Order: sequence, then C-alpha cells, then structure tokens
Amino acid sequence: MEKRVVFRNKVLPYLLVAPQILVTLVFFIWPAAQALVQSFLQEDAFGTSSAFVWFDNFVEIFTSEEYLGSFRVTLVFSFAVAAIALSVALLLAVMADRALRGATAYKTLIIWPYAVAPVVAGVLWFFLFNPTVGMVAFFLKKFGVEWNHTLNGGQAMTLVVVAAAWREISYNFLFFLAGLQAIPGSFIEAAAIDGAGPWRRFWSIAFPLLSPTAFFLIVVNIVYAFFDTFGVIHAITRGGPNYATNILVYKVFNDGFINLDLGGSAAQSVVLMAVVIALTVVQFRFIERKVHY
Amino acid sequence: MADVSIRNVTKRFGKTEIIHGVSCDIREGEFIVILGPSGCGKSTLLRLIAGLEEITSGEIAIDGRVVNRLEPAQRDIAMVFQNYALYPHMTVYRNMAYGLKIRRMPAAEVDRRVRAAAGILELSELLDRKPRQLSGGQRQRVAMGRCIVREPKVFLFDEPLSNLDAKLRVQMRMEIRKLHEELKITSIFVTHDQVEAMTLGDRLVVMDNGAAAQIGTPLEVYERPANLFVAGFIGSPAMNFLQAEVAADGRRLVLPDGLDVALPGAGVPARAGRRVILGVRPEHLEPNGGRADGIRLAVDHVELLGADTLVHGRCGSMALTVRLADVQRIDKHAVIVLHAPPEKLHLFDPETKARIEK
Repeated sequence: MEKRVVFRNKVLPYLLVAPQILVTLVFFIWPAAQALVQSFLQEDAFGTSSAFVWFDNFVEIFTSEEYLGSFRVTLVFSFAVAAIALSVALLLAVMADRALRGATAYKTLIIWPYAVAPVVAGVLWFFLFNPTVGMVAFFLKKFGVEWNHTLNGGQAMTLVVVAAAWREISYNFLFFLAGLQAIPGSFIEAAAIDGAGPWRRFWSIAFPLLSPTAFFLIVVNIVYAFFDTFGVIHAITRGGPNYATNILVYKVFNDGFINLDLGGSAAQSVVLMAVVIALTVVQFRFIERKVHY
Repeated sequence: MADVSIRNVTKRFGKTEIIHGVSCDIREGEFIVILGPSGCGKSTLLRLIAGLEEITSGEIAIDGRVVNRLEPAQRDIAMVFQNYALYPHMTVYRNMAYGLKIRRMPAAEVDRRVRAAAGILELSELLDRKPRQLSGGQRQRVAMGRCIVREPKVFLFDEPLSNLDAKLRVQMRMEIRKLHEELKITSIFVTHDQVEAMTLGDRLVVMDNGAAAQIGTPLEVYERPANLFVAGFIGSPAMNFLQAEVAADGRRLVLPDGLDVALPGAGVPARAGRRVILGVRPEHLEPNGGRADGIRLAVDHVELLGADTLVHGRCGSMALTVRLADVQRIDKHAVIVLHAPPEKLHLFDPETKARIEK
C-alpha cells in the first residue's frame, strides 16, 4: 500500500513544490519554449527586427549539406564514444571483479576521471596531444606517426572521441562492476562444473545477465555523447578542422552565438530536443521493459 | 559410476585451517551424507571434491585418478547448489543442455538425454519455461536434471533441500533417494539436517570443526556414537549427559546423588573408580513402573507433541530430558522415577571425549 501524506492546508503543498517548479520553469521550460518560438522566426544579426517564417529554418537546416554533415559527424562520434567507453569499462570491470589484491585502490583510481569536468578533461587531452608541446604527440612522432589534430580531421575525431570516452569509462565501470558483483558466484561455478572455460562463462552467463545494465548504459552514453561533450569539443578542436568534429551541440552554439543565426540555431536545438525525447522514450518504453530474462 | 577416495585432505584459507586432515573412502554407487552444524567445514569439503576450491594438502581421487590439480570441468562431476544456480536467462531445456553442448555432444544426443531426464523428473511440460516461472520444487528438479543429463561419475549436493518448505522437503528427499536407487551414481550430499542424513545416507560423515568425527552407517552413528560431539549432535532432542563415577567393581556407575546404575555385561573394570560421562537418549528413559529406585526427575516443563511427550526436568543439579510415547499427563513440579535399559547407556571419557566401549 502506498502511503500518502494528506495536507489539511490547501496552499502548503503547492508552496512546498513551488521552488522545484520555479527552477524547472525558469531553466528548462522557458528556454525550451523560447527556442521553439525562435525556431519559427528569422532575426537580423543585431536583433532589431524579426519575422515569422513558418518552417523555413527547418527546411534550411535539413537541406544544408553542412548540417547533414554535422549530423553524420555526431552519429560517428556518439557511437564511437559509446562503443569505446562501454567496451573498455566492461573489460576493466571484469578485471576488477576478478582482482583479489589491491582491488579497492584499483577501483578508486578508475573512478577518478568521472570527477574531472569535461572542459578540464578536454584541456588535459589537448595538451597531451598538442602537436608542438604534447608528450604523446612527441612520442608518436618518434614512432613515425605525424600527429597534428589541428590539420588532420581523422586524428581530431580520434582525439575528441578518446577524451570524451575517457571520462565516461569511470561511470560505466561502476555500473558494470556493480552488475557483475550482483551475479551470484554459484552461476559461474555451476558453469565451470558444466565445463565452460572462463571465456565461455563470461559470454554465455555473465554477459547476458549484464545486458540490462549494458542497454541502460548504451542509452546514457549516447545521450552523453550527444549533449554533454560540448566542453570537450570546445577545449580541443572547436569543431575543426574543417568541421570534422563539428557535432550538433557545438554547431548550435557556433551558429547561434558566433555566427548569430538565432533562428537556424534555435531550429537545430528543437531537433536536438526531439532526439532527447526519442531516446528517453526508447529508454523507458522498450529497454526497461524488454530486457528481462 | 566411480569410487571417491579422500586422503588426509586439509584446507587453509590464509592462516586459518578449515579442514584438518579428513580421510574417507566412498565406494562405487554409495550415497554418502556429510552432516554437521553450520561452520563445520562440510560445504568446504564438498567444494574441495568439486574442485571449486583447491586443497592445501592431501589427495582426492575419483575413479582411481588423482584430481587435486584438475579443473571442476575435468573431474566428471555434477553438482546441485543450495540456491540451484539455474541460469536465469535460459529455458529449462537450455539449462539442462548447456553442459552437453559445451562438450560438443551431437544435437540429437543432447535432445535425447534432456528429454529422457525431463521424463524421469516430470519436467517434460516445463522445458520451455524460464527458471523464474517455476516453483521451488520444480527448480530443484531442473537442477538435478542438469546433473543427470551429464551422466557424471559423481553427484554432489550442497544442502539442496534447505530452501524448500517442510512438506516439499520430505517429498524431494524421497525422490532423491529413489533416483539414486535407479541411477546408482555415487553421491555426496551435504546437509545440516539429521533427518535428511539418516534417511538418505548409506553412510554418514559427521563433521565437527573441520574434522570427521565419525564415519558410519546411520544406525551405527545413532547406536554407537564415537564421541561426545556425535552423541550430542545426532538425535533430537539431544542425548542427556550426566557426570558419573565407575564403582570399584567396574560393573556399576555411581551418580552424584548417590544413585547406582548397573552396566551391562562385564562393565568397564579398567575404569574402576574413575570419572566418566554417562550418556542416555531421551527416548531410552522410561518410567520405572512404580518402583521407588531409579533416576528421580523433578519435572520443570512438559511439552505435548501429540505423538510423544517431552519432559524437561532436573536430576539433582543436572538437566535431563525424557521422551515418553503418546500423550502423558504429568504435572509440573511432579517427581517421576525413571530407568534406562543398561544396554542403551553410553559412556564417554571426560578428557578425550571419546566413547568407552563396554
């Protein structure tokens, strides 16, 4: 039975939820509504005049080669980040789960990167790979790899993917480790007696039991890569070179605040909102229900 | 089918020794029950046989082959876990077939064996179900099915009935015994429940604190417990222990309140004049038919169980429990006079705790 608190005073409950509603209104609903309105307007760069243009902004972005390119870049970026962050985290979690000595120190160290702000992480990787002063770039050069992510789009993409994934590994690691530790040891022992080697035990027993965790993390990671990686991009590549790392969130910022195309930028935000909503629906409707064993 | 030989097996976790040199020879087709209180090392011993833990010293051989260094998979054993450990994401069929598929058995043979085992265990209708859709007893059967299909040399059971309710436990107990009589596969069964042990085992290994206190048939263990631990552990309610002294002629015992108890046969002349511990089971004490001499029990508390009556009281300063057949109307604070047939008395050495043979 659900326990309900009944207030006698009719005003008090509204007062109690008011701060939360206010925060949501001011920081979420209002800007979102504003973006929605803005996406139907065209404004001059100085903000002195605006005109209602129906879906012109949307038509424009979806026919713009640059925008579609950015969409492709975002997809490549997001799936690469999710794939790397998930697979590395899973590998580390499996090792942490088997480690007997030093496990606590190992776990603590792996969790640290999550405490680093995305921009700081970006700067860190920027300096490591900086073509002139970066340590990693220096050693790469010694091994005959000419590293210059400011010129080479592929290298730039690799770098932002690594930087963005690095932080997310910690988060995924925690979930995977918790998931692995929740699997009763007797399942694995029973499989061992049934004749399965360590590799087979993992893929046929542990991994299927981890699948709810894995699906949850896939969605969370894609959302992260789509929306939370602005800082990484801004600190390392600023979307360059030649738009090679110009992901959608970065393009929204760039078009709106640098190029002052407010209507187009707002239309892009609305598209991103739709993507978030779609991912959330997928998360709740399909994954949370269907992944049952 | 195979014999299992356990020789001087010890197991140490860090610096603590859990198993102190257990030896036991298990014959082909035998049903052995390892019985003991929790923490006595019985499950550890089973895990050592399974290969889930590595033995520290000693030797375990299955079918004449030393398996000390072999992985569980190579020992040709199957195990039923306490929580059954059914793979939750697989159907009953796949749970049973898993071990066979890993061994690359042809699909037709896998199917034949799974269906045969399902037939024996009455699981044929449930092959497409997932474990969470099954009742406790059905899960238990699937866990056994997973073992049967493998046709291993040895079955290991780790307290498999402890998660079932009382009624189902009795039923599964009989099914396990029946199955054993059909398949005749050497079985090692760990439990803390003495009724399970007595009813299932051809022989029992009674474990105490990491050592085998006694190995013998259920009746041997009940009738001739090797030491104080076994005497107190087997039987419910537990055996009564009284301090006593052997009289000078070695044929009688003197209890602290001056009571004399005759010993059967020639008695224990070698122990004349020494202190011993007298053990007598509650079910072997009986009212002395109106005579005044005997063990005088001041009744503290009476438990009516229907089939029998438990009387708790004291004899002098020593607590004593008696089990009388049927319902007996006995008043609290009454005094009843009891006697025990001499051949039902057990004597133990107070120092070594070992049984003194009469």
